[in-house]
Parts: sequence; C-alpha cells; structure tokens
Amino acid sequence: MYYTYAITGLILLISFLINKQRTIKAIKISFIKFKKIFPTFITMLILVSIILFLFPDEVISNYLGNGSKFISVLLASFIGSITLMPGFVAFPLSGVLLTKGVPYMVLSAFTTTLMMVGIITFPIEKEYFGTKVTIIRNIISFLIALTVAIMTGIFFGEIF
Amino acid sequence: MKKNIKIRIAYISIYFLFLAVSFVLRYNPGKEIGYNFVSFLLYMLKILPCAFILIGLFEVWVKKEVIEKHLGEESGIRGYAWVILLAGTIAGGLLVAFPIAYSLYNKGAKLSIVFTYIGAAAICRIPMTLYEASFMGVKFTMIRLLFSLPLVIITSILLEKYLSKRNYKMAEGK
Repeated sequence: MYYTYAITGLILLISFLINKQRTIKAIKISFIKFKKIFPTFITMLILVSIILFLFPDEVISNYLGNGSKFISVLLASFIGSITLMPGFVAFPLSGVLLTKGVPYMVLSAFTTTLMMVGIITFPIEKEYFGTKVTIIRNIISFLIALTVAIMTGIFFGEIF
Repeated sequence: MKKNIKIRIAYISIYFLFLAVSFVLRYNPGKEIGYNFVSFLLYMLKILPCAFILIGLFEVWVKKEVIEKHLGEESGIRGYAWVILLAGTIAGGLLVAFPIAYSLYNKGAKLSIVFTYIGAAAICRIPMTLYEASFMGVKFTMIRLLFSLPLVIITSILLEKYLSKRNYKMAEGK
C-alpha cells in the first residue's frame, strides 16, 4: 500500500516539475472521474456492509469446512463471488482454514472467485462496460475459477 | 436518469437513517453493518485517490498513438505481456482495475487487452501474489497462476471476437 503512495507521489512530483499546467489538468481529470463514480461506490459499500454482516468469517469457515469436497467447492465459489474482501484479510483466513483441514481446491475456489468475480462490484463494472459485458465477464471468471480449483485438486491429489 | 438519481438518494437515505437509529437504540446488527461500512470506506479511501491521480496523469501524458501501437489492434503477444506487467504492479484489485481499463480502452487499447488487464489485475498483482504464497504455499499460487492466466488471455480474445462482431462500444465520458 505505502509503495503505491510513494510511487504516485514521485510521479506526480516529476510531472509537476516538467509541466505545471498539465499536472493541474491531470488532477482535475482525476477529481472529475472520481466524482462521477463516487455515488456508485457508496452503493457498493452499502451492499458490502450488508453482505459482510450476513457472511462473517465464522460463517464462511463453517460452510467451507463441512460436507463433501465438491459441494464445498461450489459453496466456496458462491461465497467468493458474492463477498468482497481485500487480500490481506482473505489469505490469512484461508491459511487458518487450511490448518483446519479444508482442502486446497476449496480454498482455491474461494480465493479465485473472491478476486475475479464481483457481484458486489457489479454496479461499478456496469457503469464502465455495460450490463451485458459485465455479466459475460463475471460468468467467464467464475468458470475460470472452477477450472483452477479442479486443477488445484488434481495437483494436490485431492481428486484422484 | 433523474428517476434513477431519486431512487439512489432514497435508498442511501434509508440506509443511513437505519444506521443512525441502530446506533441510538443499540441495535447490534445495525451497528455491525455500520462498522463494516466505515471500515470498507476507509480501505477504499486509502487506495482510490492514488488510482485516480494515476489515471489523470495517464490521460494527460500518455499519447493515444503510444497505446494504439503497443496495446492496440497491431500489438501482438507483446501487448499482452505489457498489460499483465502493468496489472501486476498496480495495487487495488478489480475496483481500481475498472477505471484504469476504461482509460486504456479510450486511449486505443484493443478489447482483448483491456479484458486481460482486468483479469490479470484480479489474479496476479505481484505484492498480493507473494502474500498469498506466504499463507498458502508456493505450489498453490503457482498452480493458480499457470492455469488462470492463459485462460484469462484466451477468454479475453474470444470475448473480443464476440463483441466486435456486434459492434460493441463502451459508454462515453465516465
């Protein structure tokens, strides 16, 4: 996180030294673009706050840890698709689940859908790319995540 | 459009009213939702300003011809390599990837490259990948990358083919 700030600051400084007007224009563009999408972000935050309330860590652990592997994979990809979690929360959680005996393929389905499929980010994605493309991209991402989970299962010897 | 704005104002007001009442009456589920909202808002306010400043600088400094040449119709395999590298170094995941992908598209990047960017930003950001490997093991992370990245590229190319047949254009002025 901090390196992003450092790099952004550095680039901004260099830009400013080269051309003051252009840099000011750039900041104006940033501001306008941010302002346009901000209401959609608030909508998304409202969804996130409710979904995270319905699916706290303990509930996720419960769902992923029980039952057959294949049902768990499906549940994991479902939960991963509808929730939104930064990586610094998701991977430690997965690490804990791993020590509790949750198979790699289930965690793969969970983390990959978490990163690639965004039902909660749908309002934002739609603003930029339109409803149809957003739906197609999310379905494709879901299928990729399932494929990756199956491959993970094969290579960790969890399927055969 | 105006109707949409009214609906939005309505549900945002209801939501915050619900939070306010929950805090006054000490209604726990409502309080928890409120904390979730604040913690995610803070998280986003940490990444988004950087992302949007970079987008602004990109719009001002990077010439359309440069993007068209390296990420446009004539760019070959190299275009994908560039865009995956770009995705790997920018923090923030999907949320940040959408506006950046949109800017790339408007500067002349082709659709398959734009979708590859989004996919790669989701799965192979370098700092996150290292973090992932430290919790899940290198093997887990390698399997994920080796299978997902080629699939992202292939499906992006197919999606581009499908969409260009239908004259797809992204919305303007976002």
